Amino acid sequence: MHMADALISPIVGGTMWVATAGVAAYSIKKIQTEMDEKKVPLMGVMGAFIFASQMINFSIPGTGSSGHIGGGLILAILLGPYAGFLTMASVLTIQALFFADGGLLALGSNVFNMGFFTCFIAYPLIYKTFMKQGYSTRRILIASLFTAIIGLQLGAFGVVLETLFSGKTELPFGTFLLLMQPIHLAIGAVEGLVTAAVVAYIWNSRPEIIEKAASGEALGNVAIKKVVGGLVIVAMITGAGLSWFASSDPDGLEWAMINTAGTAELEAPEGLHQTLLHLQSKIAFLPDYSFKASGNEPEPGVGEGGDAWPAISGGTSAAGLVGGGMTLLLAAFMGFGISMLKKRKSKVSI
Amino acid sequence: MANIMNSLYNMRILDDLARQETVIHKLHSLMKLLTTVSYLTVVVSFGRYEIGGLLPFLIYPVMVFTLAELPVKPILLRILIVSPFIIGIGILNPFFDQQGYLLGERVISRGWITFGSILLKSGLTVTAALLLIATTGMDRLAGALRMMKIPRIFVLQLLLTYRYISVLMEEVARILRAYSLRAPNQKGVHRSAWGSLAGQLILRTFDRAQRIYEAMCLRGFAGEYNTGGFKEIRAWDLSYFIGWALFFAVARMYNIPMLIGSLITGVIK
Repeated sequence: MHMADALISPIVGGTMWVATAGVAAYSIKKIQTEMDEKKVPLMGVMGAFIFASQMINFSIPGTGSSGHIGGGLILAILLGPYAGFLTMASVLTIQALFFADGGLLALGSNVFNMGFFTCFIAYPLIYKTFMKQGYSTRRILIASLFTAIIGLQLGAFGVVLETLFSGKTELPFGTFLLLMQPIHLAIGAVEGLVTAAVVAYIWNSRPEIIEKAASGEALGNVAIKKVVGGLVIVAMITGAGLSWFASSDPDGLEWAMINTAGTAELEAPEGLHQTLLHLQSKIAFLPDYSFKASGNEPEPGVGEGGDAWPAISGGTSAAGLVGGGMTLLLAAFMGFGISMLKKRKSKVSI
Repeated sequence: MANIMNSLYNMRILDDLARQETVIHKLHSLMKLLTTVSYLTVVVSFGRYEIGGLLPFLIYPVMVFTLAELPVKPILLRILIVSPFIIGIGILNPFFDQQGYLLGERVISRGWITFGSILLKSGLTVTAALLLIATTGMDRLAGALRMMKIPRIFVLQLLLTYRYISVLMEEVARILRAYSLRAPNQKGVHRSAWGSLAGQLILRTFDRAQRIYEAMCLRGFAGEYNTGGFKEIRAWDLSYFIGWALFFAVARMYNIPMLIGSLITGVIK
């Protein structure tokens, strides 16, 4: 479910970064007021645990295949939603930095998709509600299963929406949705079952760990409402602010262009993007200053509504090919040149 | 199992690389972070039909690779590992967008252009992120985060997670080795051991966290992570960032390959 930078637009990436930073700041404040210092090392080591436990393959009965856990739900149950969210954020940060698993610009989206939905929506609304009646192995199983599935479905839907808004792939909304949601139903089921097994084991051997985590925070609906409400406002402001700077959303333009090119599959998102485009053209400060126009060099005289696709003429494409080749050569030359110079220098100094 | 050892090995390679002392390594971590972020933002801001305009952005990784004396192979290998997902998503583009596009003499589907653009962007962004960590290292990066006023709880927690990943991965490797010796020829951990295998590890992790906390307290931990002050930002560090930012801006606004190309083809004509 890790989104890569290549599939996200700066506006979507930036908006999700701000949203995630908002949730993280709220969580940090919550932890500080509870100020359970001991929790910080525990969060750190649990983050490392999630990392390591993702290497364990659990065989799935009756399928012959195996899967691993994401860990968001275990973190929420054992550490509480705030610490769980922050721990998930640091796990994802390290994955992005060291394993290129999800991009740095997309990190906000990834933390939101994999942390927020599980820790702040599914966990308090489903898991906690089930557990109000007290712990039992059976209830742990049902609650974990439902919470994991719902959390992952929401996360997968987040991925679909963010990809749609970024507009980097041609995948139609419906197709992408049909690809993502069923896969994550299966992934969610495995996550839920493994989490239930682990939580039940801990509940049987060291119940105080789970009791402490559960009693630590009394998270009612009020807090959630506050968080979600604040988030929506923040996201809207940043989204609007960022698109104001970017002036005319390149992706929106492209969607509109496809509309005129008559690609039938894109009907659903068209409406949405058209509306956004319309909205943007109203709030845009410099309507003609679009990144795309300067980057793609459309033929002069081609209006926004017309075929904005870069001019198809032999001359420009030849120039593009020659220039592209030259740029590559230049880059290679710079690399070789510098390393040759360095080698020579080091020889001289010896 | 091989998987775990690979991951550990990969992290250690990056750790080792970050310990070098080249021009790039000596730069201030905050400036490198800012350069990386602006690079990513600009690369990602390109339209989805753009390939030519993205090519000048190869210069940044090439320069960092050479100046920082980094081996190309392990980092390129990492990019290949993450590419299947990108290819999986991108390869559908040629099917959904079959509008023709004239490239020289040949007509190719527009979907291939978007696919190529996604691949190129993915390669550039992944490389930039890996180059950041390979030239900076986790500790100095954490310092940069603190300078950016990221709350200390988060930074401390991030560093602890990072520090303990290798410890816990080794522990998981031992557990899995023991399990596989007792249950040979199994594809994964059997359902009957799901809870106890991972659960035991969690219980030990909790105890470990308790010991770590006590050890930290004995060494004077009072909720503050002392980094010993921040490194000063020199004029050179700042000019590194500004120089690249200017280059990115110029390369974003002007299609450099197209300019070079029209110059050359114009001269030939």
